[in-house]
Amino acid sequence: MANKRNRRIDKAFRITGLLATCFGVFVLIILLGSILIKGVTRLNFQFLSSLPSRFAAKAGILSALSGTLWIFGLTALFAIPVGIGAAVYLEEYGKKNKLGGFIEINISNLAGVPSIIYGLLGLGIFVHALKFGPVILAGALTLALLILPIIIVSTREALKAVPKTIREAAYGLGATKWQVIRTQVLPASAGGILTGMILALARAIGETAPLIVVGALAYVPFVPKSPFDNFSVLPMQIFNWVSRPQKEFTVNAAAAIIVLLVITFILNGFAVFLRNKWQQKVKW
Amino acid sequence: MTNEKNIAIEAKNVNVYYGTKHVLKDINIAIEKNSVVAFIGPSGCGKSTFIRCFNRMNDFIESFRKEGDIIINNKEIYDRSIQVEELRKEVGMVFQKPNPFPKTIFENVVYGLRIQGENNKKTLRETAEKCLRDAALWDEVKDDLNKSALELSGGQQQRLCIARTLAVKPSIILMDEPASALDPISTSKIEDLITVLKKDYTIVIVTHNMQQAARVSDKTAFFYLGDMVEFEKTQTLFTNPQKELTQNYITGRFG
Ligand SMILES: Nc1ncnc2c1ncn2[C@@H]1O[C@H](COP(=O)(O)OP(=O)(O)OP(=O)(O)O)[C@@H](O)[C@H]1O
Ligand SMILES: [Mg+2]
Repeated sequence: MANKRNRRIDKAFRITGLLATCFGVFVLIILLGSILIKGVTRLNFQFLSSLPSRFAAKAGILSALSGTLWIFGLTALFAIPVGIGAAVYLEEYGKKNKLGGFIEINISNLAGVPSIIYGLLGLGIFVHALKFGPVILAGALTLALLILPIIIVSTREALKAVPKTIREAAYGLGATKWQVIRTQVLPASAGGILTGMILALARAIGETAPLIVVGALAYVPFVPKSPFDNFSVLPMQIFNWVSRPQKEFTVNAAAAIIVLLVITFILNGFAVFLRNKWQQKVKW
Repeated sequence: MTNEKNIAIEAKNVNVYYGTKHVLKDINIAIEKNSVVAFIGPSGCGKSTFIRCFNRMNDFIESFRKEGDIIINNKEIYDRSIQVEELRKEVGMVFQKPNPFPKTIFENVVYGLRIQGENNKKTLRETAEKCLRDAALWDEVKDDLNKSALELSGGQQQRLCIARTLAVKPSIILMDEPASALDPISTSKIEDLITVLKKDYTIVIVTHNMQQAARVSDKTAFFYLGDMVEFEKTQTLFTNPQKELTQNYITGRFG
């Protein structure tokens, strides 16, 4: 009896799961499909290499794309070393006491703070207090703060996953703590660390709200040359175009969305690739 | 503090606590050089805790506290003047589960030298060959030195771990149930190896297998609930134990 009932529950669960999956995939296909159909015709070299313009047909994403690349590079430059350093310290050197637990919980909480709050923080500190103004540097530092907790949390997870037996083996051969970390723990967790890093950066380049607050511009008729230039980013450009009344601009927006999606897909694909590669190499 | 001439490890009134839990009670033992000493006793009696005192592997446990003296090479090894990394080069350890690094066989063996800054290819190659020979593994892996160590069988991995330990030239080797995860053939290979290594090293081995203790060791210490009940020549302990507890344990009446 119970057996029959259990089997029915099992079946019901399978069907529910299947429906949920189909729904998700269906929505995704509609979303991507409509954007592709709308924007793909606009995608050409002229679009990628032109500055924004009042005329939809002449407008391009060069300044927004280069702004995104600037932000991406600088954010990575600030967030990666600080994030990994903090994670290694907290996980390997920090004491596992109440204070440590308190810090751990707070970092996890920071990862969940709405991004606009980081924007306000960036506005207060980098734009006003440090007087950078609404420039690339201020935006990159703000996004670095935003993804720092994500990098710290994912790096710590990767470090935790390194088995104790490996550490013991290295200590047992006379390795110092730093040698154990450098020669065993970091190489063994590199896949996980890199994956977390890339996913965090992929999140950063999709962010708009904090950059609006920091003062990214919607219309930048030049390619930024230094971290102290004003800037726009792809999501800003997209937002600007969809909010225009003329229909042709929404086509531009769709095309820019495709570019942004391609960048994020490449980053995510790279993360998956790295994870698989390292998982194959490091088996316990 | 000094050891007597033929003594490798000496413990004097050693008490160990994890927090308030008293796990080793007033242990006194002197382990002779170039001998094999087996620690036996029921699970949880403190064998691993004790053996890990000898290379200070317990340092990573925050609640760990030790009283009394453990003297190796005329020094109390928990003394402030002791560099723990140097101690661990002198006192090597082989663990219960084979734990090779996720690197090549070659890199596993020479790891201890690399971290000491030795990068001379010839020295590394010669050491690798010698240690693999001493660990009775050379013939099986000599053509595959650049293969991942994780592709070896469990028994081969354990002998690789022994080779890796030999490479840093310890004088004492600690083995905590080195064969408990292995099949009988691999086990007997490890046992043969221990009998050979005894010529050059002092070996302390923890084992649950009493035949194994009888086969490989010169002296055996029986632990029970944190006490060292009896420490005797292996043959005497197994044929004519002085304490009733020992008698009961080796005849399998509990444990
Ligand atoms: N890290 C630790 N923290 C607290 N108590 C511990 C810790 N490690 C071991 N103990 C306790 O100390 C006692 C001795 O443990 P130990 O591992 O030395 O026993 P053992 O003789 O090696 O047992 P086994 O034969 O099962 O390996 C046990 O009661 C155990 O619960
Ligand atoms: Mg044990």
